[in-house]
Amino acid sequence: MFQGLSWNPVDDLQQMLAYPFMVNALEAGTIVAVMSGAAGWFMTLRRQTFAGHTLALIAFPGAAAAALAGVPAALGYFAFCGAGALVLARLAGSSRSYSTESAATGTLQAFALGLGFLFVSLYHGLLNGLDSLLFGTFLGITSGQVVALLAVAVVALALTALAARPLLFASLDPDVARASGVPVGLLGFGFLLVLGLAVAETSQITGALLVFALLVTPAATAQVLTPRPWLGIALSMGLALAVTWVGLTLAFFSVYPVGFYVTSLSFGVYVVVRIVRGAAVRRRLPRLVPGQAT
Amino acid sequence: MIEEATQDVSAVGAVAFRDAAVELGGRTIWSGVSVVVQEGEFVAVLGANGAGKSTFVKAVLGLVPLSAGGANVLGHPPGEARTRIGYLPQRHGFDAGTPIRGVDLVRLGLDGARWGVPLPWLPGTRAATRRVEEVIELVGAAAYAHQPIGDLSGGEQQRLLIAQALARRPRLLLLDEPLDSLDLSNQSAVAALVRRVCREEQVAVLLVTHDINPILGYLDRVVYFAGGTAVEGVPEDVVSSETLSGLYGAPVEVLRASDGRLVVVGHPEAPFVHGHRHNHD
Repeated sequence: MFQGLSWNPVDDLQQMLAYPFMVNALEAGTIVAVMSGAAGWFMTLRRQTFAGHTLALIAFPGAAAAALAGVPAALGYFAFCGAGALVLARLAGSSRSYSTESAATGTLQAFALGLGFLFVSLYHGLLNGLDSLLFGTFLGITSGQVVALLAVAVVALALTALAARPLLFASLDPDVARASGVPVGLLGFGFLLVLGLAVAETSQITGALLVFALLVTPAATAQVLTPRPWLGIALSMGLALAVTWVGLTLAFFSVYPVGFYVTSLSFGVYVVVRIVRGAAVRRRLPRLVPGQAT
Repeated sequence: MIEEATQDVSAVGAVAFRDAAVELGGRTIWSGVSVVVQEGEFVAVLGANGAGKSTFVKAVLGLVPLSAGGANVLGHPPGEARTRIGYLPQRHGFDAGTPIRGVDLVRLGLDGARWGVPLPWLPGTRAATRRVEEVIELVGAAAYAHQPIGDLSGGEQQRLLIAQALARRPRLLLLDEPLDSLDLSNQSAVAALVRRVCREEQVAVLLVTHDINPILGYLDRVVYFAGGTAVEGVPEDVVSSETLSGLYGAPVEVLRASDGRLVVVGHPEAPFVHGHRHNHD
C-alpha cells in the first residue's frame, strides 16, 4: 500500500513534506537523534547501558500515568525519567560495587514495568495506544511537542558540551580525573540526569522498548569505526540522524512501523561496520603497522 | 605565587610530613610518619600489603586527611597543589575496544579538567598538541601513541600513562605500583624511564612498589611502611635486618642474592616474596 511513491526523489520528498505531521516527525526525529547520539556515546563508554535501559522502561509507566492523569504524554516521560535518573544516581552513589548497583537497578526496572502495566489496566481506553508507547509512532507529533523536545534538548546538549572534556576524563579514568581536580561524583550525577532526558525524548519517537536503536547502536557503531573520541561523538550523532531520517521516510511510504525501520537500519549499519572492520584488522595484523589507526 | 611556592619547596622539600598520622574508620593506619622528599629525588615507598602505602599517596594528594601531625606538599597544604602533581593510580589497564587513542589520553592529562569541548580552532591547540608530542617522545611511546589504547600491551599503556601524568609539567610524580603486571624487562625499562624523567625534568618521584628489586639501582631513598609507622633513609640502611626487625617487632633477615637482589625472609608478610598483588588499605 504505497502512498503514491513516484520514484522521483524530489517529488516524493515534496509529497512527504506536504504533510505537517511528517514535518513535525522529521523535526522531532532530528532533535532526538542528535541528543541520543551524544548521550549514547558517553553511556556506552561509561558502561551504563543497563541504567539507560532501565530509564527507558521507566518511560513506559511515565507515559501511561500521564494518559491516566489526562496530561500530555511528554510530561509523563520527562517527569518519570528525570525522577528515575535521580534514583539511579542515588543507587550509584550508595552502592559498594557495580554488582550491587546493577542488582538494585534491575529491581527498579522490574518495578517500573509492573507499574506501567497497572496504569495501562486502570486506563482502559489506552490499550489501543499500548503498541506506540512500547514500539513508537511518528503519527500525531504536535508542533507543541516539537518545541518541548527542542527546549529540553538544547539545555541537555549545552550541559553535555560544557562538561564534555572532564566527563570524558572521568569516564575513562575516574581516579586520575579526581586527582586532577575533576568533580567526578557531580559529573556522574549530572550525566545520569542528561541520560534520563535523552531517554525521555527518544521514547517519544521509538517507544520505550526500542530506545536503544538510537541510544546504543549508533554509539557502538561509532566506537567500532574510530578511536578518536570527539570524532566518535560526531559520528554517533550523524549515524543516529541518518537512520532516523531514512527510517521515517521508509515508514511514510510503506505500511510497516517506524520503530522497525530505525532499529533494522541501525542494526544493519552496525553489523556491516563490524564485519568490514574485523576484516580490516585481520588484514593489518600480520604487518603490525603502528600509528595507522583511524 | 609560584615563585613563593618555589622558595618554600627548596626550604622544606617537595613533600614534607612531620609526625603525621592517618585514621580511617576509627582505625589508625599509621602514625609518627616523618618523610622529606627533596626536588628531583627518586624515592620508593615500600611495605607489605595493607601497610598503608596507597593511603600515604592519597594523603599526599589530600584525598585522605591527616588525623595528627603536619604535611606540606610543594609548599602548600596537601590538596592545594594537585595541578602540580602527576598521579598514576594502581590499575588494571584499559579494555580492548576502549574508544580512545594514546594521544587523546595524554592530552586529557594536560587539559582534561577544563570545561568545554577541545575544538581544534581554539587558541592554545597548537601549544597543547606540541606538549603532548613532547611528553610522548620523552617516554618513548611515539611509535604506538596513535593506536587505540586497549590494543596496547601493559608496558606501552604504562608509558603513555606516565606521559599523561607528566603533561602538565608536574613538580611531583606519584606512581602507585606502576611496575605491577609488567614483565621483568618492561619493569626495568619503566624504572629507567622514571629515573631519567626524574633527573631531566627535576621532578620528585614517589614510587609505590611491593618489590624493590627492579628499581634498586635507580633509587635515591626509600620509605618503608610497616608496624603502623614508617622509616625513611637510603636503601642499604632501611632494607636491613636490623631496621626491619625493629619495624616489624619480630626477627627479619635481609639477604643479598649473588645478582644483587634483596630478599627479605622471616616475616610472613615480607613484601618481596609474597604473591598477592592487591593492596586494599
